[in-house]
Amino acid sequence: MSVKGKVFKYGNDVDTDVIIPARHLTSSDPVHLASHCMEDIDPEFVKNVKRGDVILAGCNFGCGSSREHAPIAIKASGVSLVIAESFARIFYRNAINVGLPIMECPEAYAIINAGDEVEADFDTGVIRDITTGQSFIAKPFPEFIKKIIDAGGLVEYTKSNSEV
Amino acid sequence: MGMTMTQKILADHAGLPEVHAGDLIEARLDKVLGNDVTTPPAIKVFEGMGARKVFDKDKVIMVPDHFTPNKDIKSAELSQCMRCFARKQEISNYFELGQKEMGIEHVIIPDNGLILPGDTIVGADSHTCTYGALGAFATGVGSTDLACAMVSGKTWFKVPMAIRVDLARKPGPYVTGKDIILHLIGMIGVDGALYKSLEFFGEGVKELSMDQRLTISNMAIECGAKNGIFPVDEITLDYIAKTNPERFANKDYKVYMPDKDAQYDMTIRIDLDKVPLTVALPHLPSNTRDASEVKDMKIDQVVIGSCTNGREEDIKMAAELFAGKKVADGVRCIVIPGSQRVYRKALDEGWLKVFDDAGCVISTPTCGPCLGGHMGVLAEGERCVSTTNRNFVGRMGHVKSEVILSGVPVAVASAVMGRVATPFEL
Repeated sequence: MSVKGKVFKYGNDVDTDVIIPARHLTSSDPVHLASHCMEDIDPEFVKNVKRGDVILAGCNFGCGSSREHAPIAIKASGVSLVIAESFARIFYRNAINVGLPIMECPEAYAIINAGDEVEADFDTGVIRDITTGQSFIAKPFPEFIKKIIDAGGLVEYTKSNSEV
Repeated sequence: MGMTMTQKILADHAGLPEVHAGDLIEARLDKVLGNDVTTPPAIKVFEGMGARKVFDKDKVIMVPDHFTPNKDIKSAELSQCMRCFARKQEISNYFELGQKEMGIEHVIIPDNGLILPGDTIVGADSHTCTYGALGAFATGVGSTDLACAMVSGKTWFKVPMAIRVDLARKPGPYVTGKDIILHLIGMIGVDGALYKSLEFFGEGVKELSMDQRLTISNMAIECGAKNGIFPVDEITLDYIAKTNPERFANKDYKVYMPDKDAQYDMTIRIDLDKVPLTVALPHLPSNTRDASEVKDMKIDQVVIGSCTNGREEDIKMAAELFAGKKVADGVRCIVIPGSQRVYRKALDEGWLKVFDDAGCVISTPTCGPCLGGHMGVLAEGERCVSTTNRNFVGRMGHVKSEVILSGVPVAVASAVMGRVATPFEL
């Protein structure tokens, strides 16, 4: 499966408080959360994001609170993929669990520019910057994580592995 | 190859003789917890899966503490959702506002004797790592992980590498666990321990009370750590004997020490006598400074409380420092005892009177302002010295407000002086 979109680029340590501020956590409705996504770091994001677009960030993306509302907000805003140098561990789990595609690729962060058009293939891990023609390879997922993704998320995986 | 404390606990909970950093394992859970923000989405997932019963009604803990007493109708509905589920599932460790066991989750859960050394715990709250102070493995997860853990009593983990933190000597006057953990975060950065365990050792450990250790483990997440764990000693066992006499008497806990040849990715030594009174300036917990070097930084508000610094020792320290002093003109100081028990202690000991005389606001236990929920949200341009755990952009309110993190002594001194100050100036 592959996705294609325009890059929104941010720095290091993008925390879940700026992805979705706590003042909006009284609801977990994806549409509501999406309407405030990235509000405290980039007030223009919601206006400019289009279905398929890609967030590109530095290290420790999604640090801070365990709120699953953060990957839900990003996914519901239309973003098809988050590429980062590294992810904070709770965000990493939450993204896999809610089905928000993520890729770790420090080289992509170093070289791809904001506004570039990129294409990424989840099966091969290849990220291609269509604007500049350069390609990058993301770190592969461990086998076990692939199993969760292939099962359709943690819920489906748990259902098939325990008596509900 | 030897294992760290964390790896040994995980191996036992996975039923494996040994594990190695990087292994993906499925571990049995002793406790699973959530709060009023994270549990309602988990309930939706739980019910969506067609699940009927939680795996063990005595091992699931639910605490409405974030937006409580409820700040608006929507937050009341979140609490209601969790309350109804807890009743239906007969969750034995659901805590209700006003009960004497109630308060902020990471203050009351250890205090109610629900965590024992060697336990494995996941919580849908990033500060679940607090319980590492008791020699347990505890880490934060999201709502879907919580839902699945409530169904199966198990979850998957990637076995972490570890950083060894050797604490040497004794802390100086007014230097608390908060200064120590801020100092460490300042050294290694907010991703300095990403995916790793922090394991604390050294002669300095015995200088730290349980409340101080809980503060240190609480903020392990602020440098990206998966968990932050202390070895079990006399202080831990005294605490367990007090909080859970029955299971203590039955020796219903397990003490883990690392193997002699345990692999640590890195060793950091901290001489506690050299740790200054430390503050973290906006907007990252790693942006630390010696508090005495921060000059002329005027403030509008002070918050004393939270899962980081709302324990009995914190509130007692605040009362001792506030005695006979007044909150500066133009400053609001909000004191939030972390639990009903701490509140009652403060009432019985006369600490509340000291706070009232000093001109402080006294709040019922709540996470409230720490995450910009309620009970002290900041306006544009306002600055707050806070004993909480995060100073991210917009964390306590307006996107152009500022939070400076500190321990209790610096927070009290700042409230009295009206600027970032140290207790030596009082």
